Amino acid sequence: MSMILELQHLKKYYATQKAVDDISFSIEKGSIFGLLGPNGAGKTTLLRMITGIFYPDSGEITLDGKKFDPINDIIKIGYMPEERGLYKKMKIGEQALYLAQLKGLSKAEAMEKIKFWFTRLEMESWWNKKVEDLSKGMSQKLQFVITVLHEPKLIILDEPFSGLDPVNANLIKDEIYGLAQRGCTVIFSTHRMEQVEEICDHIVLVNLGQKILDGTVASVKQQFKENKFRIQLQEVPANLVADSFEIVDQKANQLTVKIKEGFKSNDVLKYFLDQNLSIEAYNEILPSLNEIFINLVEGSKSTTRAFQNIND
Amino acid sequence: MNKILLVARREFLTRVQKKTFLLTTIGLPLIIFGFYAMIIYFSVKTTDNFRVAVADKANIFNNKIESKDGEVIFEFVQADSAALPELISSKKYSASLYVPAGFTLQGNDSLQFKSDKAVGLMTREKIQRRINKALDDKRYESMHISKVQIDSLNQERDLIKFSSANGKTDNDTKVGVSYAVGMISGFLIYIILFIYGTMVMRGVMEEKVSRIAEVIISSVKPFQLMMGKITGIGAVGLIQFLIWIVLVFGLQFAIAILFPSLTESMQGQPIQPAGMQAAQAMKSSGAMNGLMSGLDAINFPFIIGCFIFYFIGGYLLYSSLFAAVGSAVNEDPQDAQSLLLPITMPIIFAIVIMTKAVNDPNSGLAIFGSLFPLTSPIVMMARVAHGVPDGVTYFQLALSMILLILGFLGTTWIAAKIYRTGILMYGKKITWKEMMKWAFKKS
Repeated sequence: MSMILELQHLKKYYATQKAVDDISFSIEKGSIFGLLGPNGAGKTTLLRMITGIFYPDSGEITLDGKKFDPINDIIKIGYMPEERGLYKKMKIGEQALYLAQLKGLSKAEAMEKIKFWFTRLEMESWWNKKVEDLSKGMSQKLQFVITVLHEPKLIILDEPFSGLDPVNANLIKDEIYGLAQRGCTVIFSTHRMEQVEEICDHIVLVNLGQKILDGTVASVKQQFKENKFRIQLQEVPANLVADSFEIVDQKANQLTVKIKEGFKSNDVLKYFLDQNLSIEAYNEILPSLNEIFINLVEGSKSTTRAFQNIND
Repeated sequence: MNKILLVARREFLTRVQKKTFLLTTIGLPLIIFGFYAMIIYFSVKTTDNFRVAVADKANIFNNKIESKDGEVIFEFVQADSAALPELISSKKYSASLYVPAGFTLQGNDSLQFKSDKAVGLMTREKIQRRINKALDDKRYESMHISKVQIDSLNQERDLIKFSSANGKTDNDTKVGVSYAVGMISGFLIYIILFIYGTMVMRGVMEEKVSRIAEVIISSVKPFQLMMGKITGIGAVGLIQFLIWIVLVFGLQFAIAILFPSLTESMQGQPIQPAGMQAAQAMKSSGAMNGLMSGLDAINFPFIIGCFIFYFIGGYLLYSSLFAAVGSAVNEDPQDAQSLLLPITMPIIFAIVIMTKAVNDPNSGLAIFGSLFPLTSPIVMMARVAHGVPDGVTYFQLALSMILLILGFLGTTWIAAKIYRTGILMYGKKITWKEMMKWAFKKS
C-alpha cells in the first residue's frame, strides 16, 4: 500500500522548548490515522508543519510521493484546527464560498461543492444566516464541511467532535468513514481515546516532542497486554490454587486471572476443566488505549513540562 | 484569482455593504456641516440687543457711538455714576459705560464698563471695536486730521512685492492659501492614518480572537492575508474619501448660497489658525478676488496627485505596522494601547513638524521631516502646498517619494514577520521586545 504522507526526522525547536524533536512516521493512503498525545506534546506544531503553516527546522515531509510544497499542495489538504472560528457577521453561504475560493477552487466549482455538502448534511436553510446565529454544534458542522468540501487527499481534524451531541457526532463520524472509503486519508488528533479505538486504524503517540508509540490499534493493544483473562464460572470453589495463574480480582462468580510466565491461556482453561467446574465465559482482557496512554504518559512529567533553554 | 485580491475583495465588500459605512460616509460630513451651519447661523443672527447705557459726563462722544441693530446698541443717558447700577438692575440696560467728567482723550484715563453678567468674547470685541472707533475719530479730530487724510492713510497698499528669484510673483494671499492648503491636507493624512490604521488593527484582532486566522492560514499565506486586508481597507478608505471630497465641495457651495454674509462675519469667528491666517491674508489684500488669485496660484491637480500618493504611501506604511500590533494583541484590547504607542509617536511628531513646515517650508526640520518616511506623508503635504520648486525642490520630492516606497517595503517586511508569528500565538502577553525578536529572526 502506498503512503500518502511520510515524515522523516522532523524537528522544530522554539526558544524555550523542543516542540517536535525528531519525529518520523508514515501514513497509508485511505487510512484513518490517530495522532495522540497529552496537552503540549507537540501535536499542533506537528500538524502545522504538515499543513505548511510552519517550516520544520530540519527533516523532510513527503506528500503523495513528492516533496511537500506548501504553496501548491494546499489544495490537497484540509485542516480543521483545534482553535477554530468563523467570521461572526458574515453570511454562512458567502463564508463557505469565500473559504473554498481561498483554497483555490473557482467560484463555480466551490458553489457546486457547497451545494452538495449543504444538501447532504441538511444545512440548506443556513445559507443566509450568520455564524452568530448558530449553536456551537452547528458551527462545528459548518467547520467540518468547509474543511472537506474541496475533497482533499489528506484531511486533518483536530478534536473534531468537541461540542457535538451524539447524533451529530455520529453523522460526522459516518462522513469520516465515507471519505476514507473514497480514498481520502484522515489524520485525527484527539485526547478522547474511546473515539480513537473506535475509528482509527493506525496510531502514533507523541509525548514531550517525541514519538513513543507507533502501530495499528490491535498491535498496540497486543504489545501492552498483561496476560489477564476473565473467566466466569457457575460457582466459584472456596480455595483455588494453581501453578498456571494467580487471581487478581474476584467479583461474584467472575474471576480476573493473570497467567504466570511460561503458561498459555489454554492452561488456565484446562485447570478449570480438570476441576470439573462449568465455565460460562472466558476471554482475554486487553488494555484499553486509555490505560496505555495513561501508563506511558504518566511519570514522564509531561503534565508539568518544564521550559528549558535550547542552545543549539 | 489571486488570493490577495480575494481577501481584499471580502474586506472591501463586508465593510462597504454595512449600514454604518453609508451612515459615516454620508452622515458624518452632513452632521459636521450642519453643526457649523448652526454655529454660523446663531452667531450671525443674534436676536437679543445688547443695550449699553452711556453716561458721558465729559461729552467726549458727542452723543454718537455707532450702533447696530441686533448687536450692540449704545444709548446716552443723563445719569450719574450712582444711578447707573439701578438702570442695569431694572433690566432696561445690560451694561453701562461711565465717562467721568474729567476724561480727556490724550490722558491715560480709562473708562468703566459695567455689566449685569459676564460679557461674551464676541460681544466684548464688538463693544471694544465700536468704542475705540468712536474714540479714534475724536482723537483725530482733536489733532486736526481730516477724515480724508485718515482714509488715505488707511488705504491698502502693497508696496513690497514678494517674488521668488525666478520671477514668480508671490503675495500674502498665496502664502496664506498655501498655508491653509498645507495644513488641511497634512491634517487629513493624519486622520486617515489613524482611522484606517486602527481599522486594519481591529480587523486583524477580530480574526485572531475569533480564531478564524487558524482556519484561513492553512489555505493562505499570512503575508497574503495581511496584504489582502490592507488593500481592501485601503480601497474602502479611498472610496470613502472621494465621497467626502465630493460632499464637502457640494456642501460648501450650499453654505455659500445659504449664508452670503458668511465671509464678512468670518473675521470675527474663532476659527482655526489655518483659516485665520488665510483670512488675515485675505483681509490685508482687500477682497475676494485676492483669494481667488491665491487659489489660482496653487497647482491643485499637482497637490491632489501628491495627496493621493502620500495618502496611499503613508497608509500602506503605517497600516502594516498596525496589522503587526493587531496580530500581537490577545483578547484584551487594553494591550493594544501600550503596543500602539511607538506607532502613534511618529505620527504625532509629524504633526508637530508639519505645523512648523507650513510656516517655513525650507527649514532643516521641515526638510528632514519631509524625507523621513515615518513623517513624510504628513510633513511633505505642508511643503508641497507652497509649490515646487518654492516649497520643495523636485529632487527632494522625488527622494521623499522613493524613501516612502522603501519605507513601506521595509515596514511591511518587518510587520509580515511579526504578523506571521503573532497571529497564531495565544494566551501570552507580548511586548515590543518580543515582536522585534520575531521581526529579525531568520526564517
